[in-house]
Amino acid sequence: MAGNAGRHVVRERSAMRTAISGLEVRSAASLGEALAILRDDERTPIAGATDLYVALNFGTLKPRQFLDIWSVSELRDISMKGTTLVIGALATYTSLIRSTLVGTHVPMLVEASRQVGGAQIQNRGTLGGNVANASPAGDSLPVLAAVDAVVVLRSADSERRIPITKFYTGYRATVMRPNELIVAIEIPPVEGKQWFRKVGTRAAQAISKIVVAGVRARTPRIAFGSVAPTVVRAPETESALAEGATIDEAALVLSREIAPIDDLRSTAEYRTRVATNLLRRFWIETG
Amino acid sequence: MKFVLNGAGTEVKSHPMSRLLDVLREECGLTGTKEGCGEGECGACTVLVDGEPVCSCLIPVAQVEGTEVVTIEGLGDRHPLQILFMNEVGAQCGICTPGMIMAALALGPSPTLDDVKTALAGNLCRCTGYSAIYRAILKWREMPDVTSSASAAR
Amino acid sequence: MPAVGNSVSRKDGIGKATGSARYADDITFPGMIHGRTIRSTIPRGRVKSIRFDFDTAGFTIVDYHDIIGRNSVDLIEKDQPFLVETEVRHMAEPILLLAHENRERLNAARVEIEYEEEIPLFDPEQSSQVFKKIDIMKGDPAGALASADLIVEGTYRTGHQEHVYIEPNGVIAVPEEVDGKSGVAIFGSVQCPFYVIKALRCLFGAHPPIRVVQTETGGGFGGKEEYPSMIAGHAALLALKSGRPVKIIYDREEDMIATTKRHPAIVRHRTGVMRDGRIVAMDIDVLMDGGAYVTLSPVVLSRGCIHAAGPYRCDNVNIRGRTVFTNTPPNGAFRGFGAPQTEFAVEVHMERIAEALGMDSVALRRINALQSGDTTATGQTLREDTSALTVLEEAIRRTDFLRRRERLKGTNRALGLSLFYHGAGFTGSGELSLKSRARLDLTPTGVRIATGSTEIGQGTRTTHAQIVSDSLGIPYEDVEVAQPDTARVADSGPTVASRTCMVVGKILEECAHEMKERLKGASPAEYHARHGAFSVERMYAPPDWIKWDDATYRGDAYATYGWGCDVVEIEVDPDTFEVRPLKLTAVQEFGRPIHPALAQGQIEGGTAQGLGYALLERVVMRNGAMANSQLTNYTIPTTLDMPELDVVMLENPYPGGPFGAKGLGELPMDGPAPAVVNALRSLGFDVREIPATPELIASCMASA
Repeated sequence: MAGNAGRHVVRERSAMRTAISGLEVRSAASLGEALAILRDDERTPIAGATDLYVALNFGTLKPRQFLDIWSVSELRDISMKGTTLVIGALATYTSLIRSTLVGTHVPMLVEASRQVGGAQIQNRGTLGGNVANASPAGDSLPVLAAVDAVVVLRSADSERRIPITKFYTGYRATVMRPNELIVAIEIPPVEGKQWFRKVGTRAAQAISKIVVAGVRARTPRIAFGSVAPTVVRAPETESALAEGATIDEAALVLSREIAPIDDLRSTAEYRTRVATNLLRRFWIETG
Repeated sequence: MKFVLNGAGTEVKSHPMSRLLDVLREECGLTGTKEGCGEGECGACTVLVDGEPVCSCLIPVAQVEGTEVVTIEGLGDRHPLQILFMNEVGAQCGICTPGMIMAALALGPSPTLDDVKTALAGNLCRCTGYSAIYRAILKWREMPDVTSSASAAR
Repeated sequence: MPAVGNSVSRKDGIGKATGSARYADDITFPGMIHGRTIRSTIPRGRVKSIRFDFDTAGFTIVDYHDIIGRNSVDLIEKDQPFLVETEVRHMAEPILLLAHENRERLNAARVEIEYEEEIPLFDPEQSSQVFKKIDIMKGDPAGALASADLIVEGTYRTGHQEHVYIEPNGVIAVPEEVDGKSGVAIFGSVQCPFYVIKALRCLFGAHPPIRVVQTETGGGFGGKEEYPSMIAGHAALLALKSGRPVKIIYDREEDMIATTKRHPAIVRHRTGVMRDGRIVAMDIDVLMDGGAYVTLSPVVLSRGCIHAAGPYRCDNVNIRGRTVFTNTPPNGAFRGFGAPQTEFAVEVHMERIAEALGMDSVALRRINALQSGDTTATGQTLREDTSALTVLEEAIRRTDFLRRRERLKGTNRALGLSLFYHGAGFTGSGELSLKSRARLDLTPTGVRIATGSTEIGQGTRTTHAQIVSDSLGIPYEDVEVAQPDTARVADSGPTVASRTCMVVGKILEECAHEMKERLKGASPAEYHARHGAFSVERMYAPPDWIKWDDATYRGDAYATYGWGCDVVEIEVDPDTFEVRPLKLTAVQEFGRPIHPALAQGQIEGGTAQGLGYALLERVVMRNGAMANSQLTNYTIPTTLDMPELDVVMLENPYPGGPFGAKGLGELPMDGPAPAVVNALRSLGFDVREIPATPELIASCMASA
């Protein structure tokens, strides 16, 4: 831009709110109803709306047709299926925080949920929404990746189970098809100590600069948020540790394995340095 | 869209994707709920939906069908928490106050200071530094006859 | 029981807590339409053409051709236009105004503007366009530096800060007929209704009747001191052209990008000290980035420079200040008004001086702190109301500073301390030039206060009523406070500069004394029944001993000063460099509190803003505009970011203030940032700028 003096046509920035009158919504009361609608119609599901309505308020909302699934109460259950924890896609962060099942099996998911926004956001934001939204900074995603959670997708005539580590294809891109809904997140039994740390821009209501979730076992599992276009595991670092590398060696592997960026909130240098510091802290505290 | 608003059955005609905040302020004429950011960060738009504090700037009115919505106006003008907010100077300029009060209503009967801070972590205040807000809320919780949040709109 | 000195029930009533208080966006008028500002999307250049890419039916469109008076916001200079003519000097500069009944159509209207871009200037250190220069000289600093035992140098930087009043800027302009003439009334969120009058009179020429009514205001902090003239002018232009009431409310993003911020500053110190700790020479250079227009930069620079030597005695001082142009949105008033920047610098520099001398920084402050009888950098002899040592000693005692500091060594916790002061009221002859007035009206039941002072949360209504109640000897309940409507109240000067209680309160005290004499023992109701109403209006008379030379910047800069000492304990996470402030003790002397709870609120709130300034609030500028213009990305302190606050209010009544009160609103802002940075320094982080983000701290390891 500098040094580029000359004629220039520039459009004024899109002002304020997306026009409500241009939007259209249908509400579903049951999963069957929701999937039937999606079979015939391309609609964006809307649940807690804690991200979609921010886009609406800023005038950056792209979809125009919506399917409101907030009332599909069958998707709110949290239960056990054998040894697998099944969390309904519409479980809110508040319900995760209060759930003894989650607290017992994946306590780091409780920790992550407590650090999402304030109470108002926790009361509306859903786990399925966090997964579908596909933000690289999604607070629950490193937890789900570290425990090898499985995303259960349903359409009117099929069901798919996709490991979360294969769910994201790129920045804000998933393998979901337009006729599908996330119905549940399944978490297999987690063996080993769990560890979670979110570094935000302040103590509460903070977008993460870096998020780390880990499970300490013979083969440790470590996942990071906000260091890549999607949530990522650190397979080279995990292997190094499983093969007996020292923590210093593993930290070096990690510093080469992740490639965070500079953005409005932080820098690549800081993120890399903190990632390696937190790796050490994870190792010390779960040792 | 039919729902219970401050204890009375209400029907609104706004577009179902209208923000609950705008429906309350415009169609229902209840301007006590404020807009401070439009991003769910400041909490000035906090109302109760089925007893839970939520940001009304992020809720399509379609989703409150069949629910109970309580706004600051639902507390009347003599609620002890309102009086304490003024006397303890929990309200300076007052713009965050309705949201603060609505968020505080979700607190249990004997909150610690940490409970109060956590309950209000989604409400920004620029005037008070929060200390006087804690004082107002803790005094309210120390009062006898304190009701639980479910029936706080009294 | 007297009203003054007690936390009486507030004159605001209960409306703020019930939702019935009416802020600008809560108010509607019949036939009201909505306004929107079309702003530049380049930081520097010329407008070549404008094309409307929408159906203009039903729209009111205003550009600079519609201005009948002068296209300038009348402030210190008249350089800032209400609407761009051809030259664009900053991003988001207003070019056009649109209004329509339907907000969706208004927001959907697409305007295509073709610009010829020029290369913008963003670096104040490269700018040669100086808005104001100041040179304060005392003694012989060059000579004293030459004979000092040691010279300590340092450069300190402070960034922009955004006010984040939770209510964004908003006004409604309503056409109204006054005595057969078409005029306009502005209802809005403003700190200084008479500033808006002055600006609109220039915009429209003297003629249309204009009045400004302050609506309940959701925070100001200086961000609604001068900026509202701009938004009010815009709304008025649309209202007069359309013949309809026009409401303009900024959303948070527009407010953050387009409106004023705190001036970023670079402060360079060269200090001569003797081995025994005496400071013998101070050479200080202050550079402030004013943005694209002058606005209030000269006065911000002025206050910053006057406070730049800190609360310390020094016989040889030279302070040189410049505020310069850059192609960024103009910066403006923000609580503290230049002093938070320069007092940050001097207080961190004091810590470095102590390090260089191998001396305890508390001892260094004890040796050099100003006392009664000392002279300041401008040559003002301080009187009895000087409490630098008092607040310092109380803060040290209360926090057990010396012992605790020792005990924390080797941990990741540390204590930091800052000593600071703040002149109350307008600088020098400022209060004299303002010619502020206040009026008391007798009513059938009591009295009514009629001033232009605005309640913005700091307690104006209440403290003024307390002063009048006790001065007049009538019950506090019998005093009412008029809503500031410029057609109905006296021009008391702006609600800024920590002057509202001390200066305007003083005028009211004198009005009350005069009224009391006239009442001759009758109650207002008795007198009113017998003789009818009357009013007493008086003008402020500053203390007659104030002597100030604007040309040389020498003399009595302020009638009095507030004094403060903050001690903060912080903890730094060794992995992430995040700072957790654990406890902050604020010892402040401001004469005496008129309303203790409101005063404490000022200290707690100002301290919170100061902590945000120190640690959390970073304005990221890209291509000359704020890129992180959402509350998600510009982070002010939440409940969980705040430490425990311990506030100590010391009394030292100031004879020139009502019941001994001095100004308070801004003093608390000056302390937290240097206290936090001084704590970081003692942990080994060589931090010299704010905000001290974790990224910055990580790069500041002194020994890495």
